[in-house]
Order: sequence, then C-alpha cells, then structure tokens
Amino acid sequence: MIYSYYPGCTLKNKAKVLDKYARISAQALGFELEEIEEWQCCGAVYPQATDEIATKLASVRVLNSAKGKGQDLVTVCSACHHVIKRVNDDMRQNEDIRTRANNYLQLEEPYTGETQVFHYLELLRDKVGFDTLKEKVKNPLTGRKIGAYYGCMLLRPSSVIQFDDAENPTIIEDFIRALGAEAIIYPYRNECCGGYISLKEKELAGTMVDKIMDSATYKGAEEIITACPLCLYNLKKSGEANKLKVHYFTEILAEALGLKDE
Amino acid sequence: MQKANTEQAQLVKEISNVDTRKCMKCGKCSASCPSYEEMDIRPHQFVSYVQNNKVNELMESTSLWKCLSCFACVERCPRDVKPARLIEAVRLMVIRQKGQNYLLPDEVPELLDEEVPQQLLASAFRKYSK
Ligand code: SF4
Ligand code: SF4
Repeated sequence: MIYSYYPGCTLKNKAKVLDKYARISAQALGFELEEIEEWQCCGAVYPQATDEIATKLASVRVLNSAKGKGQDLVTVCSACHHVIKRVNDDMRQNEDIRTRANNYLQLEEPYTGETQVFHYLELLRDKVGFDTLKEKVKNPLTGRKIGAYYGCMLLRPSSVIQFDDAENPTIIEDFIRALGAEAIIYPYRNECCGGYISLKEKELAGTMVDKIMDSATYKGAEEIITACPLCLYNLKKSGEANKLKVHYFTEILAEALGLKDE
Repeated sequence: MQKANTEQAQLVKEISNVDTRKCMKCGKCSASCPSYEEMDIRPHQFVSYVQNNKVNELMESTSLWKCLSCFACVERCPRDVKPARLIEAVRLMVIRQKGQNYLLPDEVPELLDEEVPQQLLASAFRKYSK
C-alpha cells in the first residue's frame, strides 16, 4: 500500500530520526510512504479563528495533493497530524472556510475534505495490526518499562481528531506491548508539556514537565516515548532533572524490528 | 471598571464562533487547565467576561499568553463552549493591532539553544505574532 506522506518541517531537521525510522520501518512492514512534493509547513498550531484562512492553506494544499494521487495522507508528527486533520475537518464541515480556501487556491477541482488523514500509529493499529507487528518483531524489547506520552495534540479535541479515547487512550501502550516491552500507565500521560510556551517561559513549561515526569517515574517508567518533536524537546529540556530517557516511538519501533543502527 | 463594550464582545464571538450563553459556570474548564495558576482571568471567568462585554480587561489579561492551546478545556466542557477559542480570539485582537506582537524576530537568537525544534519557532511565531 502506498500512502502520501507529510513529514513536516522538524522531521527534515531536528527530528530527523523520527522521520528516518518511520520510513525504514514502513518498508519492513509492507507499506510505502511517498513524500508530497513541495509541501509547506502546516504552521504547527491549528488556527482556531473563523476569520483566518491564509494560515490554513498549506494544509489544504497538502490534502489536495494526496487527493490528486488518490492516496490517504500519513503524518508522524503529532502537531502536523493535529493541524492537517482539523483543517480537513473544516473543509468538510465549514462551508465558509471551504468556499474561501477554494476561492483563494483556484484548484482545478474544489477541495472538499476528501482525503483521509492517518497518524502513523493509526496505520500500525488499523492497517498493519498490532498482532502482525508483534510477529515482525526481531528484537523484542523484553524487560523495558516504557511510558507512552500522548500530550495534547494527538488526542484533543477527540470529536475531530478521533485518534483514541482522549481521557484513557491505549494505542501507544498497545504499541509498546506489541514490541515486547512493558507499558507503564501513568496519570499525566495526556497532559500538555507546555508546548510553545517553552520558548519564552522555560520555568512554566518546567513545572508541567515535572508533573509528567514525576507521575511516570512514580508508576515505574524507565523511559518515555512520544510522537512530537516539541514534546520531546520539552520533556528533555524543561523540568528539573533529566530523569528519564525520552525517545521517538519510531526509534523503538525500528529497534524492535532490528533496523536501528547504533 | 472599564466600560462595557458590546461591539468588541460581538467581534470576539464572531472570531471565535463561541456562544457564551451555553456556559453553565461549572468551572470544569478552569479545573482542567494546566495554566490555571498562571492566569489572572481563568478560562471559566474568561467566558463570563465576554458574556458581560468586558473585553478591554481581557485584552490586558496575562491569560492570552499563558493559554497553551492544549484543548483540555474544550474536551472537558460539558456544554461544548470551547473557552480556548475565546482566548484565541482576544489574543488575535491584540496582536492584530500595530506594534502588539508578543515575540519579535530580534528576540529569538537569545532564546535558542541547539536543540530547539523548528516546530517550537513556528508555533511561537503563530501564537505571538501577526
Ligand atoms: S467547562 Fe464549559 S460550561 Fe463549565 S464553566 Fe467552563 S465553559 Fe462554562
Ligand atoms: S486550551 Fe488554554 S485555557 Fe484551555 S485548558 Fe489548555 S491552556 Fe487552559
């Protein structure tokens, strides 16, 4: 199966490993990621205002490119997924936004939200299947105690994102178990790490990160995984001490599949 | 007390597409908010201020710069009010005024370290500047 792939700005730079292991693991699991040509940055935060249209156009262009190829669209970064999925929902549900975006873009055929958007983890759950993934594991991560950090953007608002139960998600824990590790469930796994606030206010992000890390440590996690470059940065940089190791989920995926070079 | 301003409140409602009358003042949004301690006007109060046309105070509020857009308030509101959208609308009314950007490119170099992800800069500029 071939999917259109939107890596987003950070996967081309500071989060190269997130991208690299997503691609090679996809190959090993039997699906292909075909990068969208000339994509633009999605903006990293969803423009909530009804009168903002320019800030949504990069997402519409990407969605329309995938539509042109007749492919579903896959993202790996939580923020890209959040923004593009919500803009797609606007294009489906909101006539005013749809009309203005199409008037602006002057596409050959209007875009009306036809493309299906998947997060990479959804592909693993819904297309590959965690049972099949388990069978493909060459180096089970036995004995490792791994906490899933969902953060906010993968889950909320659940009415639009429809990724998992926003208050009690299980997808990343199921993923961890499929790789042979122990999944540590801790209360703060779906609370915000401070997001963009860490640029100007590190201490404030730090108090949020401390709560998350303390909660994970208390429950026995020895490492944390995330799908978001900003979460990874905040979890590593903000907060008091760098207590737990933090990785991208694709790193442990590639490791378990025997594809990670040390 | 600042003068009530129905026109501005109407603009907030339009930009946000939020119907503040749906709020039943249960406070769940504020209870869910990870930035609660930092906010001078808390999410549930924010809704009341808009409802009561007190937008000038909101435009001066620190809450505009403390809201993380984590959507906990949106997810957990039993009445689907979406307080985050109101905060976003007022924040935009401020930064759309000349000279009101909360982050200027000149400020950025000293905020950087070598691991800052591009996503952080992109999102901060989107939230703090025109
Ligand atoms: S949670 Fe919703 S209904 Fe309750 S106070 Fe907040 S906005 Fe109002
Ligand atoms: S979106 Fe803003 S107001 Fe709502 S819970 Fe998050 S930080 Fe608080």
